[in-house]
Amino acid sequence: MDLSSINPVFLIASLMVAATPILLAAIGEMVVEKAGVLNLGVEGMMITGAVCGFIIAVETGSPALGFVCAALGGAVLSLLFGVLTQYLMSNQVATGLGLTLFGLGLSALMGQGYVGIKAPPVPRLDLPVLSDLPVVGPILFSHDAMVYLSVALVAAVWAVLKYSRAGLILRAVGENHDAAHALGYKVIRIRLLAIMFGGACAGLGGAYLSLIRVPQWTEGMTAGAGWIALAIVVFASWKAGRVLLGAYLFGGITVLQLNLQAAGVAIPVEYLSMSPYLITILVLVIMSADRSRAALNAPGSLGRVFHATS
Amino acid sequence: MIRLEKRPTPSRAWAAATPVLAVLATMIAGGLLFAALGKDPFAAIRIIFWDPLFHEQFAAYSRPQLLVKAGPLILIAIGLSLGFRAGIWNIGAEGQYIMGAICGAGAGLAFYPSESILIFPLMVLAGALGGWAWAMIPAILKTKFGANEILVSLMLVYVAENVLASVSSGLLRNPEGHGFPGSRNLQQWGASANPELIAGSGMHWGVVAAFIAVIFTYVLLTRHILGFQIRLTGESPRAARFAGVNPARLILICLGLSGALAGLAGLFEVTGPAGQISIDFGSGYGFTAIIVAFLGRLHPVGILLAGLLMALTYIGGELAQLMLGLPSAAIQLFQGMLLFFLLAMDVLSNFRIRLGKAEVA
Repeated sequence: MDLSSINPVFLIASLMVAATPILLAAIGEMVVEKAGVLNLGVEGMMITGAVCGFIIAVETGSPALGFVCAALGGAVLSLLFGVLTQYLMSNQVATGLGLTLFGLGLSALMGQGYVGIKAPPVPRLDLPVLSDLPVVGPILFSHDAMVYLSVALVAAVWAVLKYSRAGLILRAVGENHDAAHALGYKVIRIRLLAIMFGGACAGLGGAYLSLIRVPQWTEGMTAGAGWIALAIVVFASWKAGRVLLGAYLFGGITVLQLNLQAAGVAIPVEYLSMSPYLITILVLVIMSADRSRAALNAPGSLGRVFHATS
Repeated sequence: MIRLEKRPTPSRAWAAATPVLAVLATMIAGGLLFAALGKDPFAAIRIIFWDPLFHEQFAAYSRPQLLVKAGPLILIAIGLSLGFRAGIWNIGAEGQYIMGAICGAGAGLAFYPSESILIFPLMVLAGALGGWAWAMIPAILKTKFGANEILVSLMLVYVAENVLASVSSGLLRNPEGHGFPGSRNLQQWGASANPELIAGSGMHWGVVAAFIAVIFTYVLLTRHILGFQIRLTGESPRAARFAGVNPARLILICLGLSGALAGLAGLFEVTGPAGQISIDFGSGYGFTAIIVAFLGRLHPVGILLAGLLMALTYIGGELAQLMLGLPSAAIQLFQGMLLFFLLAMDVLSNFRIRLGKAEVA
């Protein structure tokens, strides 16, 4: 066992890379839940995004185009969920589960011919001067564009929800859809848009896995990342800033356990690999234990079916 | 303009008709999918739904497989349906299935190579307890801390898969297995074997347990106060609380029962068709059972039929893989589609479709 082989600077830098897919999916899901919709299909949308992005990037050689198509793929798949839950008023929990099962099958089918191929490399966005700074340089300023985009996206979601009229309307729809409907807001349309945004974000997160983090396509490669993203939304009590915190926390645990595996710690590999899931549970328990606060923060209409009677 | 009008009570006729319609719609959409993959859609549908039962060459092999596959699906789905009815979402059945198998196999292997007839009952008990205990984790975290049972139970699937990987190459590894991962073959050890009860039927103890569970659940839901409480909680949690239903107790019971049944399914699988604990023991039954539960309308008899149908698509899918080179993922997609169509058609049983212009609100 050689713990000195773990370089803290490198650890923090790779933490951001490990956290980005979960962060992207979680921030999208937070917007969806803020609109009062519980989409449990994050895992399915992520893996569909992963395979769409990978195929397009391999075929065109352009990772950027891959990310665009991954977002599109995720959004289209989420639209399926949107139509079912919003127009056909199906149960959101069951439909979300269905979306995950469907997405896993779809991605496995689409990705058949792409197993074992390497994705085209994504250039790092080296910023002159900043990247050369000691310690801070490798941690903050030597990542690919998606890492920065994900952080910018969190900031944008935070600002839009807090300061803009659109954000206010979105929150109103999520808090009380009947009241929002009475005020003349198009509840279903707004929710569909939010669902598509969530799908696009999950797709981006998936593509980040298949194009940058791994970077390969394997069946079922998201391995629960979508579910962890869902847990992070609860952990963050529906606040954008805390989503960032939560995602980086999980990224840190994932990277740390991988580093411990590589360093040959005396703990069996299986126990290290299960640690991110166990810690997710632990965090969920801690966050949910304070019932009054959890209930205050959850959007009022979360998971409820909206049917305009008048 | 199409308008939807909520029915005062869900239509029973439509509730019974929608699964059939959903299967038909899935056949059509699946046919289109297979055509897009360059396979003959009619041949594919016939191979999936007809040949496993009636093909003169393959049917002799695949007919018994029907019960072998349907047994665990029905057993798990029956347990899940109890919770789903009450709005308690246990989606970690796959993990409970794995833990049941590990605990059961572990309890049995502790007595290897004894040939006592008490070993198999002990294993059954340990399997049920293993699944029950694994399901108690989300149940207790939910009742004590309000942690979301969907997320916790699902996270525990990944934990269980890691435990499985660990024990199959460590604790339960066959000492005479030349270092290969995987436990002793339980099927070949008389005391733990779960053999075919009637030759050529595929009937093993797990299938018997599934049938018993169907009957037991039917009686529970229609005749017992607990069944009434489960149904009441699902339809109106507020009314249930006024009627004196203890929600925490219901969560513990529903999750516990579904966990125990999933654990049993795992135990019967590991002692029968699978034969040993190995890394790839988890086969996704726990997730497919979710589709089975919904396809069966959360009704015991419906689940029995749905489990048989879903088993048919498994076997048919394997046949189609063999005969048409259809990818195995296509069948997974096919099953996912089935759930979607079913959920989409639910609108027909809950709402009335009215044609005509809606008045301005």
